[in-house]
Amino acid sequence: MGKYLVSPNPHIHAKESTSTLMRDVVIALLPAVLVSVVFYGLGEIVVLGVSVASCVLLEYLITRYMLKKPSTICDWSAAVTGLLLAMNLPASTPWWVVVMGAVFAIGVAKLTFGGLGQNVFNPAIAGRVFLLVSYPTYMTSWAMPQGLFGADAVSGATPLGVIKEGLMQGASVPQLMAENGWSYGSMLFANIGGSAGEISAIALLAGFVYLLVRGVIKPYITLSIWATVFVFSGLMWLINPAQFTDPIFNLLTGGMILGSCFMATDYVTSPMSNKGGILFGFGIGLIAMLIRYFGSYPEGVSFAILIMNMCVPLINRAFHQKKYGRA
Amino acid sequence: MSKRTFSIGGIHPHDNKIARGCAIEVLPLPQTVYISMAQHLGAPAKPVVAVGDQVKAGQVIAEPGGFISAFVHSSVSGTVKSIAPRQDIAGNWMTHVEIAVEGDEWVEGVDLSDTLVTEIPEDRNAILEKIKACGIVGLGGATFPAHVKLNPAPGSKAECLILNGAECEPFLTSDYRIMLEKTKEIIIGAAIMQKVLGGCHTVIGIEENKPEAIEAMQKALAELKYPNIEVMSLMKRYPQGGEKQLIDAVMHRQVKSGGLPISVGAVVQNVATSLAVYEAVQKNKPLVTNTMTITGDCLPVEKQHNYLFRIGMPLSYIAEYAGGVPEKAAKLISGGPMMGKAIANLDACTVKGSSSILYLSEETTKRKEETSCIRCGRCADACPMGLEPHLLRRLVNAGDVEGLEANSVQDCIECGCCLYSCPAYIPLLDIIRPAKGQVMGIIRNRAAAAKAAAEAAKAPQK
Repeated sequence: MGKYLVSPNPHIHAKESTSTLMRDVVIALLPAVLVSVVFYGLGEIVVLGVSVASCVLLEYLITRYMLKKPSTICDWSAAVTGLLLAMNLPASTPWWVVVMGAVFAIGVAKLTFGGLGQNVFNPAIAGRVFLLVSYPTYMTSWAMPQGLFGADAVSGATPLGVIKEGLMQGASVPQLMAENGWSYGSMLFANIGGSAGEISAIALLAGFVYLLVRGVIKPYITLSIWATVFVFSGLMWLINPAQFTDPIFNLLTGGMILGSCFMATDYVTSPMSNKGGILFGFGIGLIAMLIRYFGSYPEGVSFAILIMNMCVPLINRAFHQKKYGRA
Repeated sequence: MSKRTFSIGGIHPHDNKIARGCAIEVLPLPQTVYISMAQHLGAPAKPVVAVGDQVKAGQVIAEPGGFISAFVHSSVSGTVKSIAPRQDIAGNWMTHVEIAVEGDEWVEGVDLSDTLVTEIPEDRNAILEKIKACGIVGLGGATFPAHVKLNPAPGSKAECLILNGAECEPFLTSDYRIMLEKTKEIIIGAAIMQKVLGGCHTVIGIEENKPEAIEAMQKALAELKYPNIEVMSLMKRYPQGGEKQLIDAVMHRQVKSGGLPISVGAVVQNVATSLAVYEAVQKNKPLVTNTMTITGDCLPVEKQHNYLFRIGMPLSYIAEYAGGVPEKAAKLISGGPMMGKAIANLDACTVKGSSSILYLSEETTKRKEETSCIRCGRCADACPMGLEPHLLRRLVNAGDVEGLEANSVQDCIECGCCLYSCPAYIPLLDIIRPAKGQVMGIIRNRAAAAKAAAEAAKAPQK
């Protein structure tokens, strides 16, 4: 009998493991990655490559040689962080800035807290915000889409940046929209300036649907963010369309889609319960819109997610599962 | 027909009912059987035979050792060779009565024919006495003595008898086969229990992955015409066959923590128990046989079986008869893959509640290495009791017993959904199970102390 396993139930296990879930996130990001490479060309490939490589390498080196533990790169989470960080950066970011971002994301935001599962803040967003406050010039000169074999990148501002700048100079929202020739179509399909993760809403949404279908994530957080943004900006826009951008514009620009679909839904840094997720999403949507409308930064999704990340332990404490027979 | 299910948690493992097409075959008798005295929940039975005694099949060989206990009968005719400790499937030592098989002679009055007896006795107490005398226990897994459950304390009334035909555990097909082959017997058994409970509404709950069983039951019900019995199709979802979950699915009521099903008017019995009740009451046959499935992911279909076995048959004898343990088997399980027990000792013998020998290959059963919790919340989503296994694990690690009780660790039904669904392969149930035992012990002690204090307070007033 000695050759047979003896252990307690259950004796079978679901197919999913941490690494298959993380791999699914990578697969879900691929359409957006492809679109960004096609539109931004070589610069984007460098940013993506450097970011993923340095995140994975740093995770390996730190876990093996500083923490002296088994390496955790096989769970794919470092690759996901690298990919998400790259998608938050302009294609024109110098390679060493990308490495700095990776050091902050993996080294500081993730591993100092104890690695996967222990980090309070989403590592990729922490890395992006670190770069935004440390290297604002690199982080706000966005490359305009030039195509894979296009000419040298032309720097430009993102729609959100243009609006903020224009409003400060006294222009009105409809005026600025018309001057720049933005349409919802171009926002959906990749024709506006921004980072890899801002360029094509459709490609990102395709990835989001993939994650939902595969059961990797649940839709509550994302839908809650969208609903909050739509209702809040809709009200403001109805009150004063000259001062405030419209709801669809706000949903399709900046890091809204990337943030709501891929960053806010990160397991580790979001609430566990569905109700908690809805509250979490409400907070992100509201804070993001307050920053966009009234803050000095044109974009606020990253900050909103980081602020709400801090509230997750409190939210988890407040919302519990409905228990059987304890109504 | 409505398709219902329980309201909290649950998982959808592949059902793998590979042996569903295998008709029930009767196992030949071995040379020796070893009948355990602990075949039921509660106190072990006390042997009433001595070494050297001649016994017949169906003869009482042990009597109840307490209020919650049951009679045990000989499953064969022959000579008692020894009454001695022997290891059960987990390797624990338990008193067994060893009987050398000689012929196959049954005690007088047992009707072994297939003739259907549809007339239900009138006397409720006589039926209960018969169920007790025949050693009927719940065959859905817990082996709780049936006569206790069918005789609710005064003041509580059964509103609904639920017959559990969910068979939500993957691989197992014995309940499915008896529902096909002993359909009418099961319904008559249900009608008998209905009678005992005062004529309450009766629901036979069957998961939708067994449409043939649902159809057979409906057809037989139409023919037999017992009043107030219906078949209910349930969604396929584990652990639908859990007593609390089944009550929720069928009656939309939830049993309070620490409460009994009867507190919400429910009595749940397995379909196999119903068959045993039929055989006991109508045929005078004690519970000495049951049906088991020989199955697994590394066993070819043609080697899979559903067997009618007698209690006390060594598992090794059955495995050998069925063609031996498959080479690729890494784990042998008695019961389903979710809640069954790993067999540590194949020389152990069948008991009343045996339901399978399940062979799982290494790739199916081996757990991957545990990694960090990623706080995905899948364990909490899967828990059918609405517990938060990730939180319970943290509380166990912190040694916070009060926190564990406040977060209802005592409600855990050990169904394994949390561990099944954890992508980090954290052995959640392995961690929670001992904590549950500890907290339940504390609750019991507290209740005992409160009772003692109440009695002490009462005493001087007299």
